Amino acid sequence: MDIFDLRWDIIWNYRELFLRGLWITLVLTISGYIGGIILGVLLGLGETSKKKWIYWPSKLYVDLFRGTPMLVQILIIHLAFIPAVFGQSFGFMVSGITALILNSAAYNAEIIRAGIQSIDKGQMEAARSLGLTHSQAMRKIILPQAFRRMIPPLGNEFIALLKDSSLVTVIAASDILYAAKVVAGAYQRFWEPYLVAAFMYLVLTYLLTKLIAYVEKRFSNSYNPRKSRKGRI
Amino acid sequence: MIKVENLYKSFGHLEVLKGISYEVREKEVVCVIGPSGSGKSTFLRCINLLEEITDGAIYIEGVKVNDPKTDINLIRTEVGMVFQQFNLFPHMTVMENITMAPMNIRKISKNDAEHLALELLAKVGLKEKAYNYPEQLSGGQQQRVAIARALAMKPKVMLFDEPTSALDPEMVKEVLDVMKQLALEGMTMVVVTHEMGFAREVADRVVFMDGGYIVEQEKPEIIFDAPKNERTKAFLGKVL
Repeated sequence: MDIFDLRWDIIWNYRELFLRGLWITLVLTISGYIGGIILGVLLGLGETSKKKWIYWPSKLYVDLFRGTPMLVQILIIHLAFIPAVFGQSFGFMVSGITALILNSAAYNAEIIRAGIQSIDKGQMEAARSLGLTHSQAMRKIILPQAFRRMIPPLGNEFIALLKDSSLVTVIAASDILYAAKVVAGAYQRFWEPYLVAAFMYLVLTYLLTKLIAYVEKRFSNSYNPRKSRKGRI
Repeated sequence: MIKVENLYKSFGHLEVLKGISYEVREKEVVCVIGPSGSGKSTFLRCINLLEEITDGAIYIEGVKVNDPKTDINLIRTEVGMVFQQFNLFPHMTVMENITMAPMNIRKISKNDAEHLALELLAKVGLKEKAYNYPEQLSGGQQQRVAIARALAMKPKVMLFDEPTSALDPEMVKEVLDVMKQLALEGMTMVVVTHEMGFAREVADRVVFMDGGYIVEQEKPEIIFDAPKNERTKAFLGKVL
């Protein structure tokens, strides 16, 4: 088989499968990311807590999920955890999103912890000395500042998650990679389907990079002198 | 107003305060001086519990600060604090820095809070900087905003933790002038400082701390001109 003799018509015939794959990949990644941020914020705050019963479980969770391969996590969640807890499987979508949320939450937690801890402790002291409670100080003073510093690493995490979402093909989730595998299996041709899959991921990550750059720029400006309402010194 | 009884503070095995007893009366201006590491900043930070107290008791207007039943956040609203490093909130304008606490804690309206902020900014001479961000201000200006921010809560006491130590020399005066003005208006103040001139001119009493103890406390003219303790003499000999 000559690699220059590519039959793109195969892909065209399976375009609906690829589009469905694209949709599945997007749903998995976006739900996984949003859930991962929410759980990650809780875990990240937990990791900065002085209360041992909050700190240790958070830390343990993060170490557990960062220290094991996502592929293994997906298999455990889909084949063992969900059937054991609920007595049945809810299909690859539920298992896949669960796995992506639980996994990305661990990475996001570390980003959020580092972001919070990077803020000078004088900020917390100043806020508390005015009479704010710890959680008020967190919400009004620490997190808004930390959030700006978290944007670039959280953006990287989004891209990493998009690519890692391809691991769910192992539980037969019909994402982009799954579509490629189906076509490859049916025609015993490998260049075309896998190149198309790679290209689709590339386009998605490229678009994401642009989106992240935009968000970064927008937020990094918010205490830029030029944007203040009245003149400079 | 503030009563400190037999205050001990340790960081791990390091004992920083070794039994401090002290009282600050209403409208009194007390300056705390002493060599680095003498525990004077720690002492100040214990008053509004920015540092946990190892042993002893602190009362503010008769309320025991280090009682688990005391709402420390409520106490802190009555005790303004100014830090060496200013600690303004960089993501907020000067105006927002000042109005944030009154609006969120005192629950006053945005309009009233901004009115109050402009009044305070006028007092510290920075009315025209209301809509700038802290990073656009000089150190001296930032510290004056920090004073205005603390005053916006209408505290009964103001604590100053080496307020001019991080400033370039030419900016020290503008901050000290604001503090002097406050003292004249009858604010109760505890000031940890290396500015001996300020202490001599403004303080009602000067406390000399060394090695975790209060070594000597006297009126400024006595402590500066006729100190009794050898350690006070040695310290003042080096700095004056």
